[in-house]
Amino acid sequence: MSTIQETVAPAAAAAAPTRRSAGTIAQLVVLALLLVTPLFVKNFVIFQMTMWLVYAIAIAALNLLTGGSGQFSLGQSAFFALGAYASAILMETYNVNYALTLPVSGLICFAAGFLFGLPALRLSGVYLALATFALATAMPQLLKLGVLEPWTGGVQGLVVTKPDAPFHLPISQDKWLYYFTLLVALLIYIASVNLLKSRTGRAMMAIRDNQIAASALGVNLALYKTLAFGISAAFTGIAGALGAIVVQFVAPDSYTIQLAIAIFLGMVVGGVGWLPGSLAGSAFIVFVPNIAEGISKGLSGAVFGALLILVIFVIPHGARQVAFSAEALAKKLFKN
Amino acid sequence: MELFVNQVLAGIATGAIYACMALAVVMIYQAIDHLNFAQGEMAMFSTFIAWQLIQWGVPYWIAFVLTLAISFVGGVLIERLLFKPLASAPILTHVAGFIALFAIINSVAGLTWDFTIKQFPSPFGSRPFLGSQLISTHQAGMIGVTLVLLLMLYGFFRFTRIGLAMRAAASLPDSARLVGINVGWMIALGWGMASAIGAIAGMLIAPVVFLEPNMMGGVLLYGFASAVLGGLTSPFGAVIGGFLVGIFENLVGTYIPGVGNELKLPIALALIVTVLVVKPNGLFGRTVVQRV
Repeated sequence: MSTIQETVAPAAAAAAPTRRSAGTIAQLVVLALLLVTPLFVKNFVIFQMTMWLVYAIAIAALNLLTGGSGQFSLGQSAFFALGAYASAILMETYNVNYALTLPVSGLICFAAGFLFGLPALRLSGVYLALATFALATAMPQLLKLGVLEPWTGGVQGLVVTKPDAPFHLPISQDKWLYYFTLLVALLIYIASVNLLKSRTGRAMMAIRDNQIAASALGVNLALYKTLAFGISAAFTGIAGALGAIVVQFVAPDSYTIQLAIAIFLGMVVGGVGWLPGSLAGSAFIVFVPNIAEGISKGLSGAVFGALLILVIFVIPHGARQVAFSAEALAKKLFKN
Repeated sequence: MELFVNQVLAGIATGAIYACMALAVVMIYQAIDHLNFAQGEMAMFSTFIAWQLIQWGVPYWIAFVLTLAISFVGGVLIERLLFKPLASAPILTHVAGFIALFAIINSVAGLTWDFTIKQFPSPFGSRPFLGSQLISTHQAGMIGVTLVLLLMLYGFFRFTRIGLAMRAAASLPDSARLVGINVGWMIALGWGMASAIGAIAGMLIAPVVFLEPNMMGGVLLYGFASAVLGGLTSPFGAVIGGFLVGIFENLVGTYIPGVGNELKLPIALALIVTVLVVKPNGLFGRTVVQRV
């Protein structure tokens, strides 16, 4: 657990005024770039950027669980799939507005995550990783079940219609979806940051740092562990729903263990316990496969794996470590 | 009744494979206290090596032995290069390491031998065994090979000095080091043996599930289920768990309507979660008490 413990100590130090200002400026610059860039790029690039944000939400959700409460999940792809399917079915079968499907997907996934978390609270570390690994492996088969076929469309999956920009705004569908996703991502980011600062967040972090000490202090282990699982699942489900709307298609085989691995990789690359790192981790899992597949088909897995090993050996705290070293370096340069 | 006996025997045959996978998982778990999520992919890769050797014209049993040797060396190398430097790393880093290994092996196998399904030969054929319709020769062969393997492993751990040293290294590493056992190499040896056992499982199941990079996904999940059922701390339990899970899988598939092949993986999931909730230490595992 020492990595996780170390990760958040500097986050507390970030409260120091100088660092806060540097961090805030960096955040505003990133936000400005996110707002402006789509105006100057092609639709396909906008699509990729939207997926980048979608995966960033999913990674932030896992980060909340692992970095926040110290629990593992290799099964995020299952909640991602559940959210995607919930949204797709609501839109296509029941004609619900796409924006309204997001909170519903979130709620469904919260319930699913909470229920799956109930046994999980008895499991620690490696057992939880095992149970969630099993969940991720079994999910595509559950989605293909014959009984559910009227809703899920079985192996073929479902096609989702792409929403138009509202109020007759003169922007393309892709651009609208991008800004919509950006808005949702921002809301989730703010919610996550505030959650970690709240009483609940502190209780989760106490569990992460020392479970026995936390329970001795009166923290309800069962409640906060399942809560963390549920919230993480809910955010992942919202990411999945957004992903379904953006890709316009859901099918069981898009949500295999490979997706769970990608999300996990994104978290490790971005730095466990450092929410802004989710963007860096997500950039990784969206753009690296494109480059790798350009060289040879099927190569992306090997590249993912090799990079993952590189990260855990060379920069165990991921992008967070890079960002903080860069900041330290910048300070040194400006002082002299 | 004949259907029942038939299904139980078929269950024992696939159970033998699960037992092997569970044993491989438990051996590594005993040595380093972590679950090897890449065990299935390692077995798949070994099976591809065997297939390649057979394609090159090597007779089956020579290819079999060569594959075991290659897998053994591969397992030792993985431990030395990847997991030994991580020995004192936190659990998250270990999980990341296993996931990385999973992705790399899967992808490299796909790149080398592509993702099309391949036939893998069975040395036993698939005729009825001893003229009985209950079980095929390949299924009987699966059971036979596994039993021989288990006997050899039992003898190895029970009667040889190095087997004793490995047991000592796994149960009390510090004390073992004090009496002069090279614990590091015992762990590497455990990895090599786990890798070779996985290779046997892969080669035995490949004629049934066909050879492709994702063939071991379901088998590994059932291997995990077996290991959890038997108790992750007990190699004996893992083997019993394997046979029980194999029989359970077949009987559920036969007698409960609506549960066919399409629910194979969800059943394994349900099994794992149920055992972890009801009896987290498994049937034969010991309770681990943590000091504050």
